[in-house]
Amino acid sequence: MIRVAVVGLGKMGMSHYAIVNAHPDVQVVAVCDGSSYITDVLEKYTGVKTFSDFGQMLAKVEMDAAIIATPSKAHASMVKACLEKGIHVFCEKPFTLNPLEAQELTALAKERGLVNQVGYHYRFVGAFQEVKRLLDAKAIGRVTHVLAEAYGPVVLRPKGSTWRTKREEGGGCLYDYAAHPLNLLNWYFGMPTAVGGTVLNSIFSKETDDEAYATLHFEGGLSAQLSVNWSDESHRKMSTKLTLLGTNGRIVADRQEVQVYLRDASAAPADYREGWTVRNTTKLTEEVWFYIRGEEYSAQIDHFVRSAQDGRETVNSFASAAETDEVIAMLVADASRDLDTRAPVKTVTSKRKRFSIFG
Amino acid sequence: MDKLLFGDNQFFGVNHMSEEKARAQAMRFQDIEAVISVLDAAYDEGVRTFMCTTHERIELVADRVRANPERYADFQFYPCMPYAHKYANAVTELGILGTLKKFTPDEGLISAAFKGGISLATKDVEGIAKLLIDAEMKMFAGLRTPVVFLQNVVVDLLLGLKFYEAFRIFADHIKAAYGAEPGFITMNMPLLVSVLADLGIENPIICANINKAGFRMCGGIEAYEQTLRTHSFRSIAMSVFASGALPASEAIEWVCAQPNLESIVFGASSRGNIRNTRELVDRYWEN
Repeated sequence: MIRVAVVGLGKMGMSHYAIVNAHPDVQVVAVCDGSSYITDVLEKYTGVKTFSDFGQMLAKVEMDAAIIATPSKAHASMVKACLEKGIHVFCEKPFTLNPLEAQELTALAKERGLVNQVGYHYRFVGAFQEVKRLLDAKAIGRVTHVLAEAYGPVVLRPKGSTWRTKREEGGGCLYDYAAHPLNLLNWYFGMPTAVGGTVLNSIFSKETDDEAYATLHFEGGLSAQLSVNWSDESHRKMSTKLTLLGTNGRIVADRQEVQVYLRDASAAPADYREGWTVRNTTKLTEEVWFYIRGEEYSAQIDHFVRSAQDGRETVNSFASAAETDEVIAMLVADASRDLDTRAPVKTVTSKRKRFSIFG
Repeated sequence: MDKLLFGDNQFFGVNHMSEEKARAQAMRFQDIEAVISVLDAAYDEGVRTFMCTTHERIELVADRVRANPERYADFQFYPCMPYAHKYANAVTELGILGTLKKFTPDEGLISAAFKGGISLATKDVEGIAKLLIDAEMKMFAGLRTPVVFLQNVVVDLLLGLKFYEAFRIFADHIKAAYGAEPGFITMNMPLLVSVLADLGIENPIICANINKAGFRMCGGIEAYEQTLRTHSFRSIAMSVFASGALPASEAIEWVCAQPNLESIVFGASSRGNIRNTRELVDRYWEN
């Protein structure tokens, strides 16, 4: 039995709380949120011990692990306080807003021997795990290009100011949406060597981006195109899709299915054939002990709990999430470069004409 | 309850197998006439209960049924509330309190509740829940809604939080205000059944995935079979085809053999598929 506290009871925190509270090996010892209405109602109806002040909770409650699901700018200091008290930490994504802090926290967790995980739940989606399996087997040969997309209907009109509408507090589609496909790219291919052509554009939001586009360059000539927009009402909910092109075929993956085209199936797992193979989520997903809104949310919490019990390293360690923080910082820096220095050269066409062999 | 209930996932671009299929369905059914024509086909095949989300487009279906009482003499709705994405998107945008304010008609009461703090907490939750339920039920005024469901994402969230009193608040209000039976949709049927039994909610209607593939049957297929056999509740099977992973005949034969099953809810987009499912149920459902 491990003792867990949940900090931050917004959409993700409430969902994590319900899931971890249903875990047979967990006792939730406290929850913490600034909204006294929410903590009052929970305490009254469920008997859970509640706090409005994080520091007081840490001082008064003995716990083995904490789930941090506060607004992103608060992550770093809270994670640090937990680690310094010897508490295992699951932190919501994005991990931090500053790659240096992410590295410090990664080092601190390692030094203290504490289990650490960040909530990039797509690594627990059957279809994206299957992509990892196919890439490890080199099923589509050398991957030359990836199109990484995410679309959904979050910001559809101008609206009032919250932390989610401010980039410096971790708001915006880059931190909220794009972080997911970027984290998958990190999982599959490690760190990009360079980024370029980054567009972080506001559609409706005053103080942050609603769409993010960029090119990422990896070692060995692999490139990836990021295309993310959270002001897209044509999608019922967030939809993340990867298209991977390789020398031996193509993989298209989203939450529901993996479609794979192989020229030659000899390197692929036995259940794949030449030409198209389609595998659906019903077959790729492992059942979970408790379900609220997708197996991946339960699976990542279970993974954290088991890792905390055994002291094992997690699939979504701070180190891996720090890579994603670093890529996000690279994209922000690229997007803010003086446009003049990266504007397309307008005279190329006329110059080319002069030297064209077609005269 | 009828043996066969008609579901609505296909009308709203919900497909657990494929985003492409989901989009094709969303395109096909964006005109409400296309939805009504499939509902008519189901009705004429004898499938007369429409188990539907309280999605805003259902209001158009409700209007049509209200306007044609003779054509739809035996048509009944089983509303399932809330339409979760409406709330999920709002929570991202406005937070939990802001969302409650947005979807409850009486702003004064909510503001008073927020200011009141813990001393009002009991009344607050019940009052807010009733307001939210009434807002969702508005579109069905004057129509037959003999069973009203709480959607699985809410049921399972409350189950995880161990916020059990909310189940009783929902059940009491549905009975008192609408003269209807409360229903609960869940992905965690064995757990929910035991919790509702402990709460003293007698013989509840519970809709859960029940399929031969064991797809989204938390607790495991054996626990489901055992619960069906040994507990007293009115069960509705959904996702009987495991989102298309099972052949129709094999799926229906298996589910019809489960003990104490009262209904099956299924979705289809053509009269042929509706008839096929009805014929399979007629063949395999013995009692």
